[in-house]
Formats: sequence, C-alpha cells, structure tokens
Amino acid sequence: MISTGFPYTVAGMMFAGFAAWSLARRRWPNGAMWALLALSFLAGDRIGDVGNGVLVLALVAVATIGIRRPAPSVVTPEQKLAGAARYGNRLFVPALAVPAITIGGTFLFKAMHSLVDPKQATLVALTVAAITALGLAAWFFRPPVIAPLEEGVRLMDSVGWAAVLPQMLAALGALFAAAGLGETMGGLLGGLIPGDNLIAAVIVYMGGMALLTMAMGNAFAAFPVMTAAVGLPLLIHAHHGHPAAVAALGMLAGFCGTLLTPMAANFNIVPVGLLNLSDRYAVIRAQAPTAILLWIANIFILYWMAFR
Amino acid sequence: MIALAGLAVILIGFLLRLQPLLVVAVAAAITGLAAGMAPIAILAAFGKAFNGNRFVTVVYVVLPLIGLLERNGLQERARALVAGMRGLSLGRLLAGYMLLRQLSAGLGLVSIAGHPQTVRPLVAPMAEAAADPAGTMIEPEREKVRALAAATDNIALFFGEDVFIAIGSILLMKGFLEQYGIQLEPLALSVWAIPSAICAFLIHGGRLMLIDRQRRRAR
Repeated sequence: MISTGFPYTVAGMMFAGFAAWSLARRRWPNGAMWALLALSFLAGDRIGDVGNGVLVLALVAVATIGIRRPAPSVVTPEQKLAGAARYGNRLFVPALAVPAITIGGTFLFKAMHSLVDPKQATLVALTVAAITALGLAAWFFRPPVIAPLEEGVRLMDSVGWAAVLPQMLAALGALFAAAGLGETMGGLLGGLIPGDNLIAAVIVYMGGMALLTMAMGNAFAAFPVMTAAVGLPLLIHAHHGHPAAVAALGMLAGFCGTLLTPMAANFNIVPVGLLNLSDRYAVIRAQAPTAILLWIANIFILYWMAFR
Repeated sequence: MIALAGLAVILIGFLLRLQPLLVVAVAAAITGLAAGMAPIAILAAFGKAFNGNRFVTVVYVVLPLIGLLERNGLQERARALVAGMRGLSLGRLLAGYMLLRQLSAGLGLVSIAGHPQTVRPLVAPMAEAAADPAGTMIEPEREKVRALAAATDNIALFFGEDVFIAIGSILLMKGFLEQYGIQLEPLALSVWAIPSAICAFLIHGGRLMLIDRQRRRAR
C-alpha cells in the first residue's frame, strides 16, 4: 500500500540532491542542512527516537552556525524576459497542473483505498503532481539536466532554516502538552472571569483561544483547553449558548491568533524567505490589522447570535 | 506555573530575534525539565515528534518545478499579464484572489494554492505589477506588496476552510464535544463559519480598497 513512504522517499532524494549540489560547491552549512533533512526523510523511521533527537540537535547546530544565502542565478533577467516572450501563457500550464493533479489525484486515490492509504491521499497526490508537472516543464523547455536541481536549491536556500521550523514547533507542541502548559494557561485565564458576567466570559474565551493559539502556534492545541476551561462550563452550560456556535467561533478566534504569531511558521515565517523579505515579521505585520478587527467581529457574532 | 518557563523562553527569544531553531530547542529542553523528564527522555520525545511531523516539509517537492518555470520567465510572464490589464489595481487583484481562495477552500480544496506553489511564482509578481506598472517602486515598498500577497493567502485560507464540513478543525470540534455528550453534525458547525468568512472578506477587502486609495493619493 502506498502511504507516506513514497512522498518521503521523493522528498529525501530531492534533499540529497540539494546536499550534493551544495557540497560540490563548497557551500558546507547548506550542504549539511539539506543532507540532514535527506537523512530524516530516507531513514527517520530506522534511527530511533533518540537518533532523531540527535539529528534535530545537528540541524539546530547548523542553523546556529548560519547557512549561506542562495547562490546567484545563472540566468540573466534578459534571458528570463526572452523566455516569457517565447513561451507566453504556456508557462502557466505546468504551474496550474500542480493544483489540478493534486485535486484530481486526491479524489482518485481516496477511491483506490486498497492501493493508496486514504489518509495520505493528498500528500501522495501532491508528490505525483510535482513530478508530473516537472516532466511536462522539461518537455516544454528542454532545460539542461542539472537545471531543476540548481533552481530548486536556490529557492530552498532562500527558505533556509525556516524550512525546519514548522516541524520543530510541532515537536515543541508535544512537549508543551506533556508539561500541561495548556491546562495551566486555561486555568489562569478561567480565573479571570468575574461571577456570571456573560460578556466577560465571551471575551476571556475568545481572547484565551487567540492567546493560547499564539503561544502554541496552532488553534487545534488551544481548542480542547479553552473549551474545557471556559466554553463548556460557562458559555454552553451556565449561559445556554449554542454549542456549535461556541465551538466554531472559538476555533475561528484561534485562527485570528494564528495570523499573529511566528509560532505558526509555515504560514508566517516560511513566506518571508520565499519572497525575500528583509523583515522577519513582515507577513505578520501585514495580517495584524485584519486579524484584530476580525477577532472583534467574531466576539460580536458569538455574543449576538449564540445566546438566544 | 513552571510549565510556563518554556513559553517565556520562546517569547524572549523571538522578541530578541535569536536563531529560532535554537530558541525552540532550548524552550523544549526547559519545558521537559520543568515537567520532570530526564534529558534523554526529552531528546527522544522531541525526536519522535519531529519525525512524526515530516509531512509538513514534503510541500517543498514543488520547488525544482517552480525554479525551472521561473528560470524560463514565469514571474515575468505573470507580471506582463497583469500589466496588460488596465484598471486592475493592487487591491482589486488581491481581493479577487482572496475570493477565489476562500471559495475553493470552502469547498475543501485547501491544497490548491500555497506560498511555494502559487504566492511566490504567481500572486506576488502579479501584485507587484498591479501596484507598479511602470516598475519605479523602491524595494521596501515592493516588499510590503509581496508581504500583503502572502497575508491575503493566509487570511483567505483560514477563513474559507472551516466552511467545509470534512476539514480537520471541524472533525476535531465534533470529536471533542462528543466526549462531553454533545452530538453535532459537521454541517451544524460549518454553517457558523459562514458569518466570519463574510466578515473576513469585508474587513480584509476593505483594507485592500483603503490601500488602493492611499496609493492613489500618494501619487
């Protein structure tokens, strides 16, 4: 059965290629970082939990030493403009093939549940889409064989250490859970509510969802804590709030928090590298006014519509 | 209270802009020690969770393709396409993208777009071209436009996906409430995401129109 093995092998081989390219050009820290990720994808299930822990420490060491900026492009801006003129809208075909094949593949693979693990259908489909579209692009452009690797590693170098951060934060979340961080914060926040004041309870619940999400980087971790501490006992049971509304709007208040925290690295920090932004928090800054206004709007929606 | 020590490390480390991977590793060590775990157990727990979350890093398999397309002029073509459309302002372009992204996410098509697949090669260069057809903008302003493109993708995704009944967050809420004896259909939860999705479009769309107006005044 095709499960995570296939996408992980493809990703591992790609990172091994990035590592080989970097090491051949004496870009040691970059080579080391991508080699460690290749090892993680290809052998992560065989080196044991402590082995993976040591691998993470090595990644942290490489990131702290500092990896190098992307190598300059071998193609000039004039050549790119010439390519744009020559290929025209055909350039969009492989780019749009990725979402099209990902969606089609996801539905197809979910139907073929004896062949593909339905839980991993999207991941498998995305990998198939990336390979197929790359084949399509190679057929259109007839590039040098090294070109996809060379261009891929340049983009990967511009993401840099941020590529590892989401996995690191997910692992930190596991330790936060083991230490009972959520319960501690939920208890503290729950203690803030005076008597049976509904509006105060709503604000603490929605504020707690946003703050806890900012602290832990994802609303899924915050939801059970705040719902157990405030949502169920006060909003649903004491004030007879509509359970679906309390749950759904609490989760959305958490999503407002996600827009405001570097802990949600794949949304807020990874694009900083991908888009060559000099301010690490530029995306969060661009999101903040919307996130705050939307959080207030969600409070009003909950207060006005859920308690009648 | 000691459980909050790791959180304090994160807060201070991120505020001081220290190397984030180092900050996270130190926060994890302190959190584990505060919870009474042995150092080797912390290392094993962290390594196990790191290994179990590799799926978030798989998305980079699209980078060789994106790089190859950019080498042949994808960004330049995206810019030319937008520059050829008169009256397509930055705000209107991003509001249009937001609507498409929210609607497709609401139908469950969340992996149709994203920062490596669409924002970097398509949306960001299109936004730059819409903001600055003449190509005279200074780099800090260009960076702000690209950041706004990424922000618009995130906001549209978060406030679109919860309208879909089979998304992870809806299933989590349903499962959690069931433990407390509250039975809900996924649809009952997802309809409550609709008012917020509309508010998200109005608030962020309104900001985008405001940005357009400020840019017209500045000219």
